[in-house]
Amino acid sequence: MGCIYGLVALGFVLIYKATELVNFAQGDLLMLGAFVCYMFVVWYGIGYWVAFALAVGIVALFGAALDGTVLRRVIGQPQFAVVMLTIGLGAMFRSFASITWGSEIYTLPTPFSAKTTRLGGVSVSHEYVAIIVGTVVLCALLYAFFTYSRVGVAMQAASQNQLAAYYMGIPVKRMFSLIWAISAGVAAIAGVLLAPVSLIDINLGFIGLKAFAAAVLGGFGSIPGALVGGVTIGLIELFSGAYLPLGVKDVAAYVVLLLVLALRPQGMFGTVGRKKV
Amino acid sequence: MRFQFKTGYDDDMGLFRDPVQRRWYGGLLAAVVLLPLVVPAYLTDISLVFIYGLCGLSLMVLAGYTGLVSLGHAAFLGIGAYAHVYFLQDLGLPWVAAVALAAAISAAVGVLVGLPALRMTGVYLTIATLAFALIIQEVFTRWEPVTHGLKGRPVDKPVIFGVSFASDGAFYFLCLAVLVGGLWLTANVLRAPTGRAWVAIRDSEIAAQSMGVHLARYKTMAFAYSAGLMGAAGALFAHKIGFLAPDIFSVLLSIQFLLMVVVGGLGSLHGAVYGAAFVAMLPVLISEARDLVPAWVGQAAAVLGKDAGAAAYLAVERFVKQPGLEPGIFGLILVLFILFEPLGIYGRWRKVQVFFSTFPLYKRATFRRQKTYMRSERLR
Repeated sequence: MGCIYGLVALGFVLIYKATELVNFAQGDLLMLGAFVCYMFVVWYGIGYWVAFALAVGIVALFGAALDGTVLRRVIGQPQFAVVMLTIGLGAMFRSFASITWGSEIYTLPTPFSAKTTRLGGVSVSHEYVAIIVGTVVLCALLYAFFTYSRVGVAMQAASQNQLAAYYMGIPVKRMFSLIWAISAGVAAIAGVLLAPVSLIDINLGFIGLKAFAAAVLGGFGSIPGALVGGVTIGLIELFSGAYLPLGVKDVAAYVVLLLVLALRPQGMFGTVGRKKV
Repeated sequence: MRFQFKTGYDDDMGLFRDPVQRRWYGGLLAAVVLLPLVVPAYLTDISLVFIYGLCGLSLMVLAGYTGLVSLGHAAFLGIGAYAHVYFLQDLGLPWVAAVALAAAISAAVGVLVGLPALRMTGVYLTIATLAFALIIQEVFTRWEPVTHGLKGRPVDKPVIFGVSFASDGAFYFLCLAVLVGGLWLTANVLRAPTGRAWVAIRDSEIAAQSMGVHLARYKTMAFAYSAGLMGAAGALFAHKIGFLAPDIFSVLLSIQFLLMVVVGGLGSLHGAVYGAAFVAMLPVLISEARDLVPAWVGQAAAVLGKDAGAAAYLAVERFVKQPGLEPGIFGLILVLFILFEPLGIYGRWRKVQVFFSTFPLYKRATFRRQKTYMRSERLR
């Protein structure tokens, strides 16, 4: 579970890192990813892996299109406008999903359903192994991408100063579309990985709220931070469910979020500087 | 164009700009008082507009004037509603005392949220208030002695000083009175030093600080004032819906409040009321449209033939009867407003006014906002 939080948080972090925007529709993109994959696997009978790739590709394209058509128009407006915009978009996605796929609850069959591995005395089901492996691989890939590849560094430049990056010959608009595509793709991956564990319904996107906690805990804008934050939130939920009274489990993530914001707003790995005038 | 010649300080200090404006507002008040005679069928919906107007006012002070965007205002509404019902029905306090206590408790919680919020800026604050609202919703569910948890608790009709406000008409006037009171109070606070300080904080924290505005004090005050108004609105809201349950005060309600201030126009008291009217009346419009639109489309398609008309009728009817459609429409409206009219209904109204008062000389650039390209505040 923690890894899923980490994955969704990764999506937040990517967009924040590159554009300093916060995407409140991230959870809904996750839901779209899960639904698209379900549609390919169950309705059209395509193999799991192909459907996985298709779902991620479609949602990534969708993310890029979203940036190109809608979000680019509000660049240069207050941050608040983007928050509202993505909230509105998220509501639209949920509504779209409930009209297209109905409000029933689905389960996604996968090649690794109902198989378990014994790992040092603990039996772990393959679905969870898939989540953990997927998350770690993805995280490492993205970290390497941002640190070593030319495009990744260009993205960082664009995130630090849009105008300066533009003067340096970086195609800032294309960078933004790309980052939205990657982020939406990550959300879709998280959705598809999550689908066999939890069930698919239109409220899947609300996991995005807990992923916020993960992103903030790790420090907005830090890729490893998102993963660590996600795992931490997952563990906190697990333990508070086991040792604390009923109901605490559901809000533990938010309590942690508030505490982190109040005590150390930059999170564990974050970098927040004071604004210069 | 009309010019105002001010001949004394009293003209400058008045709540209204000139006698003409005062007469306009007087006329508006008279119209609203006479409204129950004209549209008796929609009285309950219009009372909801007034309650939402109070909520919009509350969020407008915080988001529109102080620049602190909160996604947790449904929680304050809930605190006000539950506290009011608890004091009124469990402790048997008089109505006015219960409302005052509800507003006070809500304001106190607002201070509690505001204190850590002082360290946060922008999106972080929004996220924090969101988390706060989710926690409070869980508290409503679990704290059964007071809130009765998921079972919900019924709310009696209001009785003030022995006068019953049970009928729709009486409740309409109660809501109207509270809204007008709230507007009057807020308009006065906003043109006092406090309000000026809030606006200064919104426009630039650093500039405000260097002009001697105590950031922590004024931000906390904004939170307290906003939460207090919300608490009073919550008391009325409890009577309006007549039954309290935790899932009413969800994040979706907070989003609706935010929709209200954005659609109405950030940074104007008019906007809060316009937005409230819009958000409260939209479900009414949608439900009416649900009945009408299939028939229209059916008639339009019937030109092609009888079967086409019937088929179109059924298809459209099935589409508009989808339960998930309504939030989607809300989302769409929000997106369209942000993209095409960031100043909201009030902004559009101002543009129309300016167009006519400067008739042949209207320039679009009058309202154009300067774009600022992002520069990171993360230093590395």
